[in-house]
Amino acid sequence: MDLNKLYYPMQRRCPFDPPEEYSELRSKNRFARVRLWDGTQPYLLTDYSDIRVVLSHPRFSCEPVREGFPHIFEGRKVADIADRSFLRLDNPEHDRLRRMVMKDFTVRKVEQLRPKIESVVERLIENFARLPQGSDFVEHFSAPLPTEIITLLLGIPYEDHEIFHRATRIQFGTKSTPAEVRESLVELFAYLDALITRKEKDPQDDIVSRLIVEQLTPGNVDRQTLINIVRLLLSAGHQTTQNMTALGVLTLLQHPDQLALIKKRPDTIPGAVEELLRYSSVLHMGARRLALEDIDVNGVVVKAGEGVICSIPAANRDEKLFPDPDRFDVTRDAHAHVAFGFGVHQCLGQVLARIELQVVYGRLFTRLPNLRLAAPLDQLRFRHDMFVYGIHELPLAW
Amino acid sequence: MRIIVDASRCIAAGQCVLKAPTVFDQDQDEGTVILLTERPAPEHREDARLAARVCPAQAITIVEDEIA
Repeated sequence: MDLNKLYYPMQRRCPFDPPEEYSELRSKNRFARVRLWDGTQPYLLTDYSDIRVVLSHPRFSCEPVREGFPHIFEGRKVADIADRSFLRLDNPEHDRLRRMVMKDFTVRKVEQLRPKIESVVERLIENFARLPQGSDFVEHFSAPLPTEIITLLLGIPYEDHEIFHRATRIQFGTKSTPAEVRESLVELFAYLDALITRKEKDPQDDIVSRLIVEQLTPGNVDRQTLINIVRLLLSAGHQTTQNMTALGVLTLLQHPDQLALIKKRPDTIPGAVEELLRYSSVLHMGARRLALEDIDVNGVVVKAGEGVICSIPAANRDEKLFPDPDRFDVTRDAHAHVAFGFGVHQCLGQVLARIELQVVYGRLFTRLPNLRLAAPLDQLRFRHDMFVYGIHELPLAW
Repeated sequence: MRIIVDASRCIAAGQCVLKAPTVFDQDQDEGTVILLTERPAPEHREDARLAARVCPAQAITIVEDEIA
């Protein structure tokens, strides 16, 4: 490997592991220059400790509108620049906007949803079991589950899911053209604008209605920002969990000994979920930042104006934190993983994601004990072409 | 051990409540951290340390050199 000629994103050799270069970079070149599609050369960080420092430092900006911010592919650049949600804002504005929805995702609030999540999971399993053998688990289970839950919370009609599933496919796809992304953003913003108009006239008991009454009407947030916040919750609420659910099922099927253990001992499931989050790290195209001043990162100075890509999959395979990191082991202590990011932007919906995953892995394999892959592994289409990693289809038999 | 929390830094990731539910809670109106006990019982101290380590916003400080 020529450590001086690296392009990003790099190719995976094994669908379950990050690109092989990461571990060599971590030991030999912690601040590697990589070349992106537009010719820019940000640093790629692969060390767990370095990544925690960058992601928790207030002078590393996450605002894509700033000159020098690393853009992973052309379509995502268009979508990132259009994004005015708190995901793409620095403090103090980040905290001000995030605080508007924090109370909806507390541990207690989300735990209250567990029975609802259990009933949706049970219904989806029963429906799946009635389908022909070899049916696609992504289409019939892992996509509907988080979509149903987040639309319920937001007060968005589930029947409209094709609109936002299409938006996700286009806006997070590496091959989408800027024109396609722009067109998709216009469609999604128009949809959410109409939704807000309906709820202004007839507010219900849901997050969007509450944000209108508590924040939009008094003028704490403008309409376009509110649209962006709703778009963020909707997108983050279905895309990541969907991919994690399906990839997790496949990972467990590929490790029968581990699967047998969680079936025999349900108390291991929360720990298994943490290990699946660490091992899969579906946010595989990096948490990106821009240095606003010269910043010392564990002894290396990143100059003002430099872009930095923090590889979440690389951090989660750092052997200094996770011994024998490429081994999938549901009994290991994986709690320190950064699959949900780190710093003030760490995932707001992580408690919800954890509970959804715990319920799925706790029910699916006991209700369908002979669940198995219905296609050769090498024929599965993994999401190398998406901002969030996963599988496009997962045909299963039972 | 004494625990100090800075709710103004809290981003409601909820990790402290998951790791040390006897020590931390969340405000139902704000979502931010509430400290249930400044000086946790010995059997809960390791959980509290863990919560401080995983807090993404570094809103939890553990002071170890004081007498509990």
